[in-house]
Amino acid sequence: MSKSDLLRIGAGAAYAGDRIEPALELAEKGGIDYLVFECLAERTIALAQLSKLKNSQQGYDPMLVKRMQSVLPTCIKKGIRIISNMGAANPVAAAEKIIELAPSLGIDRIKVAAVVGDNVLSFFQSGAYPLPDPVSYDNLVSANAYIGVETLVEALESGADVILAGRVADPSLFLAPMVYEFGWEADNWPLLGQGTVIGHLMECAGQVTGGYFADPTRKDVNDLARLGFPIAEISSNGEACITKIKGTGGQVTTATCREQLLYELHDPSSYLTPDVTADFSQVVFEEAGPDRVMVRGGTGKPRPDQLKVSIGYRDGYRGEGQISYAGVGAVDRGQLALEIVKQRLAITNVPVRELRDELIGMNSIAREHSVPDQYQPYEVRARIAGRTWTAEAAQAIADEVETLYTNGPAGGGGVSKDIREVIAIASSYIDRKVISPETVLLEK
Amino acid sequence: MKLYEIAHSRTGDKGDIANLSVIAYRAEDYPLLEKILTTDLLADYFIGQVKGPVYRYEVPSQCALNFVLHGALDGGVTRSLSHDGHGKCLSSVLLDIDLPVEK
Repeated sequence: MSKSDLLRIGAGAAYAGDRIEPALELAEKGGIDYLVFECLAERTIALAQLSKLKNSQQGYDPMLVKRMQSVLPTCIKKGIRIISNMGAANPVAAAEKIIELAPSLGIDRIKVAAVVGDNVLSFFQSGAYPLPDPVSYDNLVSANAYIGVETLVEALESGADVILAGRVADPSLFLAPMVYEFGWEADNWPLLGQGTVIGHLMECAGQVTGGYFADPTRKDVNDLARLGFPIAEISSNGEACITKIKGTGGQVTTATCREQLLYELHDPSSYLTPDVTADFSQVVFEEAGPDRVMVRGGTGKPRPDQLKVSIGYRDGYRGEGQISYAGVGAVDRGQLALEIVKQRLAITNVPVRELRDELIGMNSIAREHSVPDQYQPYEVRARIAGRTWTAEAAQAIADEVETLYTNGPAGGGGVSKDIREVIAIASSYIDRKVISPETVLLEK
Repeated sequence: MKLYEIAHSRTGDKGDIANLSVIAYRAEDYPLLEKILTTDLLADYFIGQVKGPVYRYEVPSQCALNFVLHGALDGGVTRSLSHDGHGKCLSSVLLDIDLPVEK
């Protein structure tokens, strides 16, 4: 783009497993300059670290190759630059993979930048920073700091076509091209705050274009099956329009923007990122046409001195079993099933740290309140889930649900079981000045 | 009157903290939300489920309230025993709350 133009950024994914077709649609028809894929949840980075420990060439997003096969040829042809946190625990291996993949996609020349330095495990292993409760040296798996735009901007300056980072703050993936293209100063807090508002609106992709919004008769959404992902058209003064490709499903309205503005937010006047303390409280949305919403009024204060750190730790195992009951007396039989399982786990001395039992269809979401006394659904699914220290105990919980087939109430069916190791996340902080993220540039 | 008649909502999660937005469809209904939906009301509605304090932020620029519920997610999605570890379904449960006003 030339400096006077609008900067057009598309959001290609809201999470690791997101749909691929809308991103390709953005690349082909969106007239965008950048395509951003946000694919890294809190726990994903911990799981990725475990994957890297097993194989030093792994630890990046498992869908990286599939996504790149879909969009990279079009992006390279049109000069659309890709920014993503799909590098996860191993951005360099992810970048190498793309270099390796390029010839098979008909791409002769490509520059890929890996952003590294968010891994701060050594600071917590060494005791330089204390471990938050209940993390210990024995159960510690990973520690990754949320880094901001600085290193992403360096990567853009290096001319990279594709930038793969790990634990970067989600809005920073979008703020980086704004800072780079418009030359926003690193201490221009109002602009960085407004840019962070735009990034926050975009980072969950379809959630601002009508995804996660429909509630038939109260909030109808047009053609949700063909939901289009969002485009932000941004001016150098930070004003932006959130829109989508004409003819795609979904809708961009003040209401969809408001829901997304407040999504995963605590104090609206103090949204902390590595780049700025953003203030969302005075944002103004204005509908400028069909599926076009103007965003103004975001601002900010100086950035925090400390960076948030996601710490992954082993937290034992989780065992779960489910079984269905239907027809007259379904609730009573489901309740009896749960009581039997709890008794049998006690009788057989299964060591359980914590147990949760419920009837899906009755009280699994809305717990002690709001379910009328006489409410009798026609079918329920009895579910019991427990926290244990061993895989064997977790298995025993699931198995005691399965044995209800022949040893429980009448008419139980459709048992499912799930046993998994729990990698939990705790949060901590690290001083910004002790880490030094950097770019590794690979070329072909 | 039910809350869903005048407002919409979305839940978000960070660790063991859930946030629930409550957004008035019409600007003229926002003062009513501000008056009726207190932190005590929310804490009582989600009793047994929310282990920590409930905070409320007023966002008049969006005709919205933002409720922040600490200890609402059984330790957070990474370790919760709930089958909705994110607490994503809570917004629809909240919208079913009775508002003590005549239509």
